[in-house]
Amino acid sequence: MNLTLKIWRQKNASDKGKMVDYKISDVSPDMSFLEMLDVLNTQLIESGDEPVAFDHDCREGICGMCSLYINGEAHGPDRGVTTCQLHMRKFKDGDTIYIEPFRAKAFPVIKDLVVDRSAFDRIQHAGGFISVNTSGNTQDANAIPINKENADKAFDAATCIGCGACVATCKNSSAMLYVSAKVSQFALLPQGQVEATDRVLNMVKQMDDEGFGNCTNTGACEVECPKGISLENIARMNTEFLKASLKG
Amino acid sequence: MATLDSKIPKGPIADKWTNHKNKINLVNPANKRLIDVIVVGTGLAGGSAAATLAELGYNVKAFCFQDSPRRAHSIAAQGGINAAKNYQGDGDSTYRLFYDTVKGGDYRSREANVYRLAEVSANIIDQCVAQGVPFARDYGGLLDNRSFGGVLVSRTFYAKGQTGQQLLLGAYSAMNRQIGRGKIKMYNRHEMLDVVIVDGKARGIIARNLVTGEIERHSAHAVVLGTGGYGNVFFLSTNAMGSNVTAAWKAHKKGAYFANPCYTQIHPTCIPVSGDHQSKLTLMSESLRNDGRIWVPKKMEDVKAIREGKLRPTQIAEEDRDYYLERRYPAFGNLVPRDVASRAAKERCDAGFGVNATGEAVYLDFASAIQRYGKEQATVKGLDVNDAALVKKLGQEVVKNKYGNLFQMYEKIVDENPYETPMMIYPAVHYTMGGIWVDYNLMTTVPGLYAIGEANFSDHGANRLGASALMQGLADGYFVLPYTIGDYLADDIRTGPISTESPEFVEAEKNVRDSIDKLINNNGTKSVDYFHKRLGKIMWNKCGMARNEQGLREAIEEISALRAEFWKDVRVPGEANEFNEELAKAGRVADFLELGELFAKDALQREESAGGHFREEYQTEEGEAQRRKEFQYVSAWEYKGEPKDAVLHKEDLVYENIEVKERSYK
Amino acid sequence: MSGLLKSSIGRKFAMALSALFLMVFLLQHFAINILSVFSPDAFNEASHFMGTFWAVQYLLQPVLIFGVIFHFAMGFVLEIKNNSARTVKYAKNNGGANSTWMSRNMIYSGLFILIFLIIHMIDFWVHEMNVKYVAGDMSGLIDPSNVESGFRYFEELQEKFVPIWRVALYCLGFVFLALHLLHGFNSAFQSVGANNKYTKGLKTFSKIYAIGLPLGFIIIALFHHFNHH
Repeated sequence: MNLTLKIWRQKNASDKGKMVDYKISDVSPDMSFLEMLDVLNTQLIESGDEPVAFDHDCREGICGMCSLYINGEAHGPDRGVTTCQLHMRKFKDGDTIYIEPFRAKAFPVIKDLVVDRSAFDRIQHAGGFISVNTSGNTQDANAIPINKENADKAFDAATCIGCGACVATCKNSSAMLYVSAKVSQFALLPQGQVEATDRVLNMVKQMDDEGFGNCTNTGACEVECPKGISLENIARMNTEFLKASLKG
Repeated sequence: MATLDSKIPKGPIADKWTNHKNKINLVNPANKRLIDVIVVGTGLAGGSAAATLAELGYNVKAFCFQDSPRRAHSIAAQGGINAAKNYQGDGDSTYRLFYDTVKGGDYRSREANVYRLAEVSANIIDQCVAQGVPFARDYGGLLDNRSFGGVLVSRTFYAKGQTGQQLLLGAYSAMNRQIGRGKIKMYNRHEMLDVVIVDGKARGIIARNLVTGEIERHSAHAVVLGTGGYGNVFFLSTNAMGSNVTAAWKAHKKGAYFANPCYTQIHPTCIPVSGDHQSKLTLMSESLRNDGRIWVPKKMEDVKAIREGKLRPTQIAEEDRDYYLERRYPAFGNLVPRDVASRAAKERCDAGFGVNATGEAVYLDFASAIQRYGKEQATVKGLDVNDAALVKKLGQEVVKNKYGNLFQMYEKIVDENPYETPMMIYPAVHYTMGGIWVDYNLMTTVPGLYAIGEANFSDHGANRLGASALMQGLADGYFVLPYTIGDYLADDIRTGPISTESPEFVEAEKNVRDSIDKLINNNGTKSVDYFHKRLGKIMWNKCGMARNEQGLREAIEEISALRAEFWKDVRVPGEANEFNEELAKAGRVADFLELGELFAKDALQREESAGGHFREEYQTEEGEAQRRKEFQYVSAWEYKGEPKDAVLHKEDLVYENIEVKERSYK
Repeated sequence: MSGLLKSSIGRKFAMALSALFLMVFLLQHFAINILSVFSPDAFNEASHFMGTFWAVQYLLQPVLIFGVIFHFAMGFVLEIKNNSARTVKYAKNNGGANSTWMSRNMIYSGLFILIFLIIHMIDFWVHEMNVKYVAGDMSGLIDPSNVESGFRYFEELQEKFVPIWRVALYCLGFVFLALHLLHGFNSAFQSVGANNKYTKGLKTFSKIYAIGLPLGFIIIALFHHFNHH
């Protein structure tokens, strides 16, 4: 396949940045999207140009490091995948592909397509944990049975990979799906109850302080989420937050 | 030749760890506040260690090269984590887990360490559940287990196919709590480029800020490396793109012995290579072998027809299929350990029975599992067991529940529906059992420098059993290192802060800067990947699933030559003082080019076959690995300049609690 | 409790509550209006009751006015804040791939509804206020001096729907209302945390409400346009 790529190039955080056109040929449909970019970068390096910087690591859809807004969609046109799992067979010969960084005020660009998602970490520092010290004498793991339905729902929420697609795709750059996944996971488990009030209040406050927008329930996040995290989690967080606010 | 002191405590094996904990020095809580510890790497080992050390009161500085600690490659572990809980009542025990691990490691691991690992395994599950890790549960609300290769009990705890993710997020949450409290200072997007040794002790690191390119000095009273394995020396592996040996290799160059570098695990169930553009390989969890049956056609004409696309695998009659694992190993069948399963696949493919265009793939077939589960469900629901379409549908639902995410992953990559047609799989480099040599306290040969998790060598011998990597990483980080490090730090309570202005820090920083400048100013013509791919090809062809003397000798020469060429002709674009992925990669590949040679040298001296190390010269008549008594030792290499000059030290392995036998899974 | 309205979720919740209130009001408004199609007398009775009963006039009316203003003001505030959460926009954005047009354009449907509402208020509410509280005529009669003249509400209503431009404007306003409700109805429930096994049923109901109610208003407007004496 031969493709035209329109890629966002930005030297560093203070540079203004612009879209630049590249031509690439002999792309195999079996390549992953990132492998296609590898090929482009090898071309650029060997012709003396600077390669395009993009985040990636595990390349199997679980680390959450890769991002990219491809043809107007977070992680590109396929569903239930990260960019590293997106394959070129989803595109046609002669296509023009727009490649942009995940955009949000809370995700400043570091270079080209690389953004700083440390705001996500700071939200977790505010309360994304259960306060239990490590010791060899925590109670036995089977001491508290947890009904399967709640355990499964907690798991589904916990599969969030923290990639930021929800923020990138949201017209408001809202981080509610991300935050609600963690709040939900713990709200559904007995272990999480003790700190439930503080957790949701602190995490939401940090989320607001980071400059993410508000949720208007468009549902785009759920559609674009590579792990299919459900909107139900946002509803649950809303309830948890109101309960906590009335208590606090 | 110097002997290595493994510091294994005296006494019966079951009491060693308890006695040791009772006797070692402790640091009182007030003094812990005066002590800094650097933890490099934030995977299961590093993350859990950083959190636990901070809980204890130490000031922790944690480093990772990713943009968040949550992205460490432990996150990609799929199948599960072992623990001797015996929840299933199937006869599991600490001893049995110990026994399986030592046997699985082909009697090349250190007995006392493995026993301790088995001992603390149950605590890990308790700890993780308390943290809110959502393990799979049954309808009674209790924890569920599955079975993994090389064992006869169900002791593997899991969270669908994302166990590593859930455990890592547990450790990450424990870290977050400490970061929020200010007890851990987290350095994301930082890469460790050297250890600093002051007066013979590890006292800090030199790190590069990957965003700004700044070179930073960080001091501490002890340094812990939880930096994972070096499987990426093969270029293509199931490791993350960023996984590297640099931290471990720099430690090695500063005096830490590197043990058993040739012990590499080639995982039998990975998605086959599709072409030259490929950047990494994707693992399909071993848990699939609980239900999938591995086969190739019996007849060569069927193989040819399949390759030409004239025949579908589903069209081959049952009697024309060779379920070679079930045939060769009736007792364990498809659940033989990884090394055995990988070699068996290679044997069939070498004999010409590979089922894809490259001839390097075998089938992993779920048709009979779908039938079995479907009939079971139909019976439970009181439906017609003879309705083939219904049975298939019900069976597929069960399989989807168990392995849905893996099947989806396969379909996305290969573009074939594994519910309808068998998966194609082939072995790929996955894990490295070798690593930095450590004693019973997990301290390297450099005082104050520790190595935990995959970065060390101690627990898995020559082959690791499935679901044991997660167990080891968390055991080291949560339950072992936090105790043993106190023994060393007890002497440091009056030391006070370590200065970063000492000549040792200045010199270490200068060396790092020099090598970066050299790479940046090299102005060669070839990209870093070009060299990495070539290194990978040498490693795979000559140090891969089967090795022989001639190949290894060639590999040593070729890697050495490639290294010289790399330094002459590599092109690193951009500047040193900016975000520069190519520069980071170049530094990593430079270290792989040294490690690769030591790897081959180690494989050459080990004139036996054991676990993941298979020397063609040493095999039984049936083609099984042939261990040799005289090689019952750990080879620990001391750095002396060039890899070829490395000096071998041997730690003899003594088995007092387990009989060293022919390892048989028949 | 303090600072609830400063938090994102608090604001979202307030937005949803005001919306739920307005949707109940709409239903009540519709219930009275539809009477005009079937029985001018019943319509007159109901209108007179609503226009003169103290609890409606002095309690509910101010609450409603507050609700309307709050909903609009908060809507604009949130839109501005949300818009500023992304300073550099995408060169290419394919919103249609993952969300409905309605959900992404609540601000535009809302804006049009606001324009409609202003005209609607001028048409009816300002007139009512003038008659009742400026002129002081609380009788509701066509001719205040003549008890036999009958209520003025139905007459006035029909008169308003004579000009075609107003009918067209109203119909367009209702179309935007439908678009707004198509997203807003469910969205309000999601915001207050109701996303559970009833959500599917609620979605069907919301479609009926969001299309049915504005359509009803349109029918009423057309009815009076074509049936005036």
